[in-house]
Amino acid sequence: MAALMNPLPAASIRCRDIGVRFFSERGSVTALQGLNLDVAVGEFLALLGPSGCGKSTLLRVVSDLLPPSHGRIEVFDGAPSVARLKRDIGFVFQDAALLPWRTALQNVELPLQVGGGAARRGRRSPRELLALVGLAGSENAFPHELSGGMRQRVAIARALASDPRVLLMDEPFGALDEITRDRLNEELRRVWRETGLTILFVTHSIHEAAYLGQHVLMLAANPGRVREIVPVELPEDRTLAVRETPEFVQITARLRRLLETC
Amino acid sequence: MNTRSIDAAIVTTAAAGPDTELQAWGAARQRRLWRRRLLPALGIVGLLALWWAVVVGFGVKPFIAPSPGLVLQTLYAKRVVLLANLIPTGLEAAGGFLLGNLAAIAVATLFVHNKTVQEIFFPVVLMFNAIPIVAKAPILVLIMGNGVEPKITIAALVCFFPTLVNMVRGLESVNPQAMELMRVLSASRSEIFFRLRLFNALPYLFSALRISASMCVIGAVVGEWIGANVGVGALIIQATFNFDSALLYSAIVMSACLSGLFYLLVALLERRIVRWQPEPVN
Repeated sequence: MAALMNPLPAASIRCRDIGVRFFSERGSVTALQGLNLDVAVGEFLALLGPSGCGKSTLLRVVSDLLPPSHGRIEVFDGAPSVARLKRDIGFVFQDAALLPWRTALQNVELPLQVGGGAARRGRRSPRELLALVGLAGSENAFPHELSGGMRQRVAIARALASDPRVLLMDEPFGALDEITRDRLNEELRRVWRETGLTILFVTHSIHEAAYLGQHVLMLAANPGRVREIVPVELPEDRTLAVRETPEFVQITARLRRLLETC
Repeated sequence: MNTRSIDAAIVTTAAAGPDTELQAWGAARQRRLWRRRLLPALGIVGLLALWWAVVVGFGVKPFIAPSPGLVLQTLYAKRVVLLANLIPTGLEAAGGFLLGNLAAIAVATLFVHNKTVQEIFFPVVLMFNAIPIVAKAPILVLIMGNGVEPKITIAALVCFFPTLVNMVRGLESVNPQAMELMRVLSASRSEIFFRLRLFNALPYLFSALRISASMCVIGAVVGEWIGANVGVGALIIQATFNFDSALLYSAIVMSACLSGLFYLLVALLERRIVRWQPEPVN
């Protein structure tokens, strides 16, 4: 369970007073300010907020791609760099970022070939992971032969290859058409339930956030900060049909009102 | 009519007889392919015909400009002399091609790994490249003598710059998210180089090699102009002084064939190695 200023023992990610500033010729931008957050182990947390509220920045702080200018962050009770070296972090980008000269299978194998990845081979083989994301039979296809949705599936399998404990997803389905997006949302929930991963999922879509997350972390912009954490009280084994229930409509209405005041 | 019966209808038409629309499309495609092959050939034949018409029509003297037929005759009659001069030029050009491109790849690798070195030396390389090759050539001949060394060096120099610029760009223009991915995976610098940057640079490298393929022949010929007893460059100078325009044109045709051959080899190698397509944008 995610809770503000409420340290729980089984936290996967713990942020205390995180601040990030960017500098340019035109001055400085405060991407995040005074951010406190606890994410429980195995939680699916959706991050929602207007552009420039620091959603992506937060993922980059957690994954050790960006050092915070202020505050303290722990990922599994250690510094983010330790978690990164232990291969506890998987990252899925908005653009699938597959290596175009590698086949789908070879792309999924990448994490096992760099950064001492062979030492920490995942429980599932790259071939099994491709099957898990519904791509059995496309192992030898090159990225240019795959559709946008299939490329994003490969990217998810690749992120899972080193058997991470937390999966960071930065608007992974933002560029896909709605039908593909719905199907991937459904499958992502299935993968999450099968693997027991902790997932931080950045999105611009209210519906996506409410359907996927156990909680929705609403961020406000200028400076980026926590606006509210909204619990999503829907059955865990929900399907896409849940979006037609009054409970779902209530949650999305609340999220929309919050977003308007951010 | 529901969907099932529509499907059935499509299947029946396909099975009923030859699909005339598909056949028409196939025939139109064949015509387009032939057009693409024939038109360039038509251009070359047309140019040769024009050349011949001008030489014959205006009665141009053979020592000013020979007719295409005379050039063809000379190519056959003097094939031994031509080949004896073509081989040294070919070897110099090939040597320069290898040397120049390998040096460029090595320097590009160094530049990408050490920004300080790049910032100090890139302007120097840029300045050196600004000196015309015909001005650099005599200097190298003075230093290195009359042998093959200055020719190879000149050929290498003209290959070096385009490959260096392209290779640096190729090594640096990596998808930023792929770069972040490598950092999340704790990849070392050499892993990032060999698994990401190098592959990313290959298409850039090959477009530079295509340029080098013809440039290296130019370099070798220019080197031979300054001072040489054998080679296409020496033959060109000799033929010009003797007003032997038929031999001059034959030598030019031979050097053009040499450039074409190098280009073809590079293109074939590229087709074998670069089999992927640039990353599609979502």
